[in-house]
Amino acid sequence: MRSIKKNVRSVQSIELRNVTKRFPGVLANDSVSLSFESARVHTLLGENGAGKSTLMHVMYGMYAPDEGQILVNGAPVNFRSPKDAAEYGIGMVHQHFMLVPSLSVLENIVLNYPSPRWPFLDLAAARERVLAMSNEYGFGIDPDAKVWQLSVGEQQRVEILRILFRDASYIILDEPTAVLTPLEVKEFMGVLRRLVADGHGIVFITHKLNEALEISDKITVLRSGKVVGETAPCDTDKNQLAGLMVGREVVPTWQKRGAAGEKVILSVRNLSARNNKGLKALKDVNFDLKEGEVLAVAGVSGNGQKELAEAIAGLRRVDGGEILLGGTNLAGLDVKHRIDSGLAFIPEERMTMGVVKEFSLIENVILKSHGTPEFASGIFLRAKKIRESAVQAIKDFDVRTPSPDVVAATLSGGNIQKVILARELSSRPKLLIAAQPTRGVDIGASEYIHKRIVQIRNEGVPVLLISEDLDEIISLADRVLVLYEGQVQGIVPPNTPVEEIGLMMTGGSTHYVVDGCEDSETPPTPK
Amino acid sequence: MSEFFQATVILGLLTAGVRLATPFLFAGLGEMLSQRSGVLNLGVEGIMLIGAFVSFYVAFESGNLYLGLLAAVLAGGFMGLLTAFVSVTMKAVQGISGIGIHILGLGLSGLFFRLTMGSISTMRGFPRLAIPILKDIPVLGRVLFNQNWMVYAALLLVPISWAVIYKTTFGLKVRSVGENPHAADSLGISVTRVRYICVIIGSIMASIAGAFLTIGQHEAAFVNNIAAGRGFIAVALVYFAKWNPLGVLAGAFLFSMIDAFQLRIQIIDIGIPYEIPVMLPYIVTIVVLALSTRGRVLGPTALTKPFVRGVHT
Ligand SMILES: Nc1ncnc2c1ncn2[C@@H]1O[C@H](COP(=O)(O)OP(=O)(O)OP(=O)(O)O)[C@@H](O)[C@H]1O
Ligand SMILES: [Mg+2]
Repeated sequence: MRSIKKNVRSVQSIELRNVTKRFPGVLANDSVSLSFESARVHTLLGENGAGKSTLMHVMYGMYAPDEGQILVNGAPVNFRSPKDAAEYGIGMVHQHFMLVPSLSVLENIVLNYPSPRWPFLDLAAARERVLAMSNEYGFGIDPDAKVWQLSVGEQQRVEILRILFRDASYIILDEPTAVLTPLEVKEFMGVLRRLVADGHGIVFITHKLNEALEISDKITVLRSGKVVGETAPCDTDKNQLAGLMVGREVVPTWQKRGAAGEKVILSVRNLSARNNKGLKALKDVNFDLKEGEVLAVAGVSGNGQKELAEAIAGLRRVDGGEILLGGTNLAGLDVKHRIDSGLAFIPEERMTMGVVKEFSLIENVILKSHGTPEFASGIFLRAKKIRESAVQAIKDFDVRTPSPDVVAATLSGGNIQKVILARELSSRPKLLIAAQPTRGVDIGASEYIHKRIVQIRNEGVPVLLISEDLDEIISLADRVLVLYEGQVQGIVPPNTPVEEIGLMMTGGSTHYVVDGCEDSETPPTPK
Repeated sequence: MSEFFQATVILGLLTAGVRLATPFLFAGLGEMLSQRSGVLNLGVEGIMLIGAFVSFYVAFESGNLYLGLLAAVLAGGFMGLLTAFVSVTMKAVQGISGIGIHILGLGLSGLFFRLTMGSISTMRGFPRLAIPILKDIPVLGRVLFNQNWMVYAALLLVPISWAVIYKTTFGLKVRSVGENPHAADSLGISVTRVRYICVIIGSIMASIAGAFLTIGQHEAAFVNNIAAGRGFIAVALVYFAKWNPLGVLAGAFLFSMIDAFQLRIQIIDIGIPYEIPVMLPYIVTIVVLALSTRGRVLGPTALTKPFVRGVHT
């Protein structure tokens, strides 16, 4: 093989000693001491903003610690950039997407890696190695595919290949499962086991306690930048871990009351739409949403869920069909009119579509209602009224922030989600569409968001919940709609066995019922 | 009109077209590199003017055309450093700072011209350099292989740029920095360094494009605002070309042919005001830009966005 083998050291142990990292106004890591070993899965748990990513960025050379030391194999090191960490054999898959979409898989993998034919790229030599590694781990990745054509799960595998290509022996995975479907998570756990069996050390960050208990050798819980607990799966359970993370006991504080009503509020008829690539993403979708009902849309990512939410919210042009809300067809209306008809929307991309990042929390909360007589007289905003009302909403929705005047960009994901919730729900909507409302959100905040969703359901407002988290779907839904390749594969009750829903999500078993004819719905086979 | 005469006219048009494509190629390929790294350099026109003046002045005073070109390279490098400092280090809004650089270039070139030379002087620019054998190919020989060496250099830069962008490790870094600087940074690439290099090289090429307008002409002269909007057209070209060197080549020829055409029409005098043909290239620019933004844009998505580690936009 022609490719240069760099002399990458093998990591036996990494030790963090009293690592402190500050950002303006935030103590992200507060004198953290931790040790990591090879051939082990070490899980980091903690709420949004607990400092997990920051700690790992310090260990990966992206941030220099303000205080404290990093030791690799017992000797102190001084990482000035990720390149230094890579030379010590440390690799990281980041929480944010770190690939270049228009480049091929191979180009992404060899990026900034020494080429044997410098100054020219040597993709042929790299292709051999990547294919071999991809086969070894059963990734099935085409090295010449463009990254934008890959699914999120495949993209993640490319990131892992890139790390392995650099001969990393210690791998940090920052919330890798947050973007995966249940089946992909299962495969991913298999990959983790393979990596550990090959002697790699792993840091695994997650918000899902099941995953932590399943895969870890060691679990560390961070809270407000400090280590608050270290344990192993056999010495603990979900409740204890949740309690450690949040600092209080986490118990479900909500309950669905009463059955869904019979009155149809939203009726979607033969809805068709295209995705961003111009391909058909929704094909003749039909369903009804009734008063006080949570209709959950399940499906493998990319089967039209996102397009469905956007089509109803008015952010995507429909090719055909009707969206009837209380008799009015929304399909041709602009967003403003849909909002005025009582539509509330929690978008999947909370940072780009959910908030204006540069605006303060107050401004974000009244974004939709700033033109109403309550907050404006003529062309002028009523600053005092706005502040009072927004501050109340921020308090009601338990947004953890140093002040209502900070810009949204500085909040953690969970808290941003609460700001969006505050805005969307305080307008007393007739219909709520929530797309991935708790993705990447910590347990405490997730719990809170669920409580709010169920609360408005109990008040009679129908909710269209789009989620890739089957646990969430099963606990909140009154009915589950499965989307597959842009078509309604079936609408089933939430007590349908998970395996069956999983099968429908992959196109199997069309145990299909057109909405509006539920009477013929096949009852779930009890197992 | 006799057939012979028609053929001569067309041949002349094509020859002029190739010559006039040269500044578009230098400036356009340079701008493409800069944009590929994520920096919109809107100051190209101003940098061209500086290159045009400096090269002419130094060549005129020293009597050495190559010394003039070297001066343009240095001046362009300096303007590039300034542009990079403002756009990359200071993270200024690139559209606005580019206009500043343009006005600076326009002002400086005019001012120094008045202070040092004052009136229009002329000298011999780079001579034609017919390439043996190739020059005897019918049509093509006269059109392509009987030009001065700067024209050849510009044409050669097309495959060179292509190879640099798509086939080298440096090109890969540039593409990644222009599209997802966070990804590049996470692999230890210095986003700042790559952007500085690209902006400086791009500015040097803009300055050389300017030099071609003076010392690259048979009858070299500098007049105020000699670039006459060509720098802006070069920026537009990059969008038209969808950031591909071959597209820049096609665009450069499209515009230069129109330029050559309108020059002929002015001379022939067909009874329309001369301003109308002069406007032609600019009208085509607007139309082409309006049409070429359709379809999936594969451009550098981080274009005009300053990079801050940990802050995802
Ligand atoms: N680049 C930055 N500039 C300023 N503050 C930052 C920056 N990065 C993180 N912070 C702050 O540091 C704290 C810790 O953030 P960090 O991203 O490490 O949390 P986390 O545990 O990874 O949370 P999550 O589960 O949401 O990913 C937060 O309060 C965050 O707002
Ligand atoms: Mg994080």
